[in-house]
Amino acid sequence: MTDHLLEVRDLSVQFHTAQGIVRAVNGISWHLDRGETLAILGESGSGKSVSASAIMNLIDMPPGEITSGEILFEGRDLLKASDEERRRLNGKRISMIFQDPLGHLNPVYPVGWQIAETAMAHGRGKAEAYDRALALMERVGIPDARASMGKYPHQFSGGQRQRLMIAMALALKPDILIADEPTTALDVTVQAEVLSLLEELQEETGMGLLLITHDLGVVAEAADRAVVMEGGLVVETGTPRELYHNATHPYTRKLLAAAPGKGAMREPEDGPEAILEVRDLKKDYGGFEALKGVSFDMHAGETLAVVGESGSGKSTIARLVLRLEEASSGTARWKGEDLLTKSPRQMGKLRRQLQMVFQDPTQSLNPHMSVFQIISEAWVIHPDILPKARWPERVAELLDQVGLSPEHAKRYPHQFSGGQRQRIAIARALALEPDLIICDEAVSALDVSIQAQVIDLLGKLRDELGIAFLFIAHDLPVVRDFADRVLVMQRGEIVEQGSVRQIFEQPCAPYTQRLLAAGLDSDPDVQADRRAARLALAGN
Amino acid sequence: MNGMLGKRAISSLVSLLALIVLVFFLSRLTGDPAALYLPVDASEAMRENFREIHGLNDPVIVQFGRYLGDLVQLDFGESLRKARPAIDVVLEAFVWTLWLALITMTLVTVAAIIVGSVAAFHVGRPFDRFASVLSLIGASAPDFWIAIIGIVVFSVSFGWLPTSGTGTIWHWILPISVLFVRPFGLILQVVRGSMITALGSPYVKTARAKGVKNRPVIFVHTLRNAMLPVITVIGDQAAALLNGAVVVETIFGFPGVGKLMIDSILQRDFNVILAAIMVTAVAIFIMNILIDIAYALLDPRIRT
Repeated sequence: MTDHLLEVRDLSVQFHTAQGIVRAVNGISWHLDRGETLAILGESGSGKSVSASAIMNLIDMPPGEITSGEILFEGRDLLKASDEERRRLNGKRISMIFQDPLGHLNPVYPVGWQIAETAMAHGRGKAEAYDRALALMERVGIPDARASMGKYPHQFSGGQRQRLMIAMALALKPDILIADEPTTALDVTVQAEVLSLLEELQEETGMGLLLITHDLGVVAEAADRAVVMEGGLVVETGTPRELYHNATHPYTRKLLAAAPGKGAMREPEDGPEAILEVRDLKKDYGGFEALKGVSFDMHAGETLAVVGESGSGKSTIARLVLRLEEASSGTARWKGEDLLTKSPRQMGKLRRQLQMVFQDPTQSLNPHMSVFQIISEAWVIHPDILPKARWPERVAELLDQVGLSPEHAKRYPHQFSGGQRQRIAIARALALEPDLIICDEAVSALDVSIQAQVIDLLGKLRDELGIAFLFIAHDLPVVRDFADRVLVMQRGEIVEQGSVRQIFEQPCAPYTQRLLAAGLDSDPDVQADRRAARLALAGN
Repeated sequence: MNGMLGKRAISSLVSLLALIVLVFFLSRLTGDPAALYLPVDASEAMRENFREIHGLNDPVIVQFGRYLGDLVQLDFGESLRKARPAIDVVLEAFVWTLWLALITMTLVTVAAIIVGSVAAFHVGRPFDRFASVLSLIGASAPDFWIAIIGIVVFSVSFGWLPTSGTGTIWHWILPISVLFVRPFGLILQVVRGSMITALGSPYVKTARAKGVKNRPVIFVHTLRNAMLPVITVIGDQAAALLNGAVVVETIFGFPGVGKLMIDSILQRDFNVILAAIMVTAVAIFIMNILIDIAYALLDPRIRT
């Protein structure tokens, strides 16, 4: 009847919500063969994860409802199988790993047991299950596997946790592994390692790999074929090369155009005096040195990017400069005055010149305040900026400036999408007419197309208002398009700094080279070269 | 884990010390003990004599030192009404209260976890609705009212259970049942809410994706995580019972600490009151440490 290992035919899933019925996927079809990697590419809300949840019987019904379609596994329709039959398949024949391994591992049980549980749930004896768990932990590269079996998830790093998830999913050598954004939460060098591990394991077992991702780079690196989804529909299917070079659907083209790292690089201008001079900044957390003496200058109107992986200390710089935390030692001179010795009162006054935009606008905007209140709160705290009578007018102006409309002032944060919320956060920062905005991973949580829009907005503000940006990011292509100069950080130290062109075209420090080599490009051909370069670096 | 427990024990000891200071000075605020203890028509010479004997003329700080010294030796003085050491009177009553609290809380915990878990697994279905109504009634019904209704129905009308006192197992049933109601309602609510959150958590999704059966998903993966907030409430409710279930003990003539305190206050038996406060404070202090240990056993993240 069918030759495919897994085939989804005409699947439609809807959810009953307070706002009415949401059609998450609408008659989608795709298939996966043995030994193949199929990517499902889409942005948030595209429905890319829903078919995976349907395959694993993880959709809660109600509120979910499968209204049509078939999911054929080796020719048999899973939607007609009983819950018990499907449970027997889960983990044994079809396995799944998730984006956030910390949340998806049970915090109160040792990881060795959690891996062994997969085998035990399918009738294997305890001794055999534990032996297998140990072998798997060694295979996925957990150091000192035997001792690590008794440890708990919080005692591992993010990359190790994802390796543990993989070990857990592969315990019974499944025919299909579904990986839902498996590397999104990971650092770029770790991402490359995890993707290689998945590829190696696929070669060993011949399993089919279903890779759900929003990242064109991941598709270019790992996929044999890709399905592009938008608004619950499959809009295009093809190999990564076909999609990259000959995309026919406008949405695919839009996604490709939005992928950062393709624009012209900026050339920093010499001249204006430094507005922020940081010297020998240190931070110690009870013996752990998060920052080991960092020095740099920032000029008026300049965009300085701070890049590095998690734990490199890049966000610590922002928190110390803004006095959200106290530095252990060092100075940070803002227009000649040391910020680090100011009294809280003096600092409060200076804060209007230095503003911050955070990563997660959902958490950094007070859900009980309207947009008008969020933006005008700045003027409540600094009453000398604007007389109250002019607030509505100025709020409307700011909303217009960040690409929202004045009617939005009456609404509350939950009524906006992620990208719109970040625009509100930017409008809030602009309300104080700052000279410097510190963006801490301000676009990391946004979809690619939204990310491009927000970066455009920031660029426009930089040109029109002459605002300087301290742009903290882990995403190198975004930095390449947006920054004038770049600081590369590793383990609390600056390993390299220079103009954006120098960093991206002639990186000197080995760490910068590794970071660049690990980054994923949306062009499959460029990515193939990079992969070769990465393997060469690893070989050395 | 030892470090954490050590810290908690020290902070609890500090609170205990603060309580001792408070009790000492507050009890001095209730007036001149000579006026309180001696008959109204006692002469000034008798009063002076009384103050001299009991060291009430010494500076307050000296009195406090003496009080502390006595505390360490568990010497709270004599009970005025019973003519026995106050600590003996209190400990005797406390054993009754401890048993009452222990049995009640064990029953409450088991029942609330089972009913709450099942309700959480069937959110919105009839069983869940029924459990929610039950817990709301339980959490809000006043215990004296339940006690009286219990007596009227089971003791007076049916004549099945004794109205008050102790002696047989039948005497325990009404007090335990009445004390059961409120903590059961409260803890049931917390178990239900906490289980619903845990059932929707990512690690439960992982367990399902691994093909783990329903029962271990609930009792192995979910329950242990869901118990963390529940333990706090259990501790809270148990503390209230250890303090002496004043109303219920009085209504049923149950010879526990709660009834003893009421009697001692009415009879101005100060030594017994002070001893009772200290004994229950120490009991709650020990129980808090047990709660901390339970927490650490359940959650490895707290052990470090």
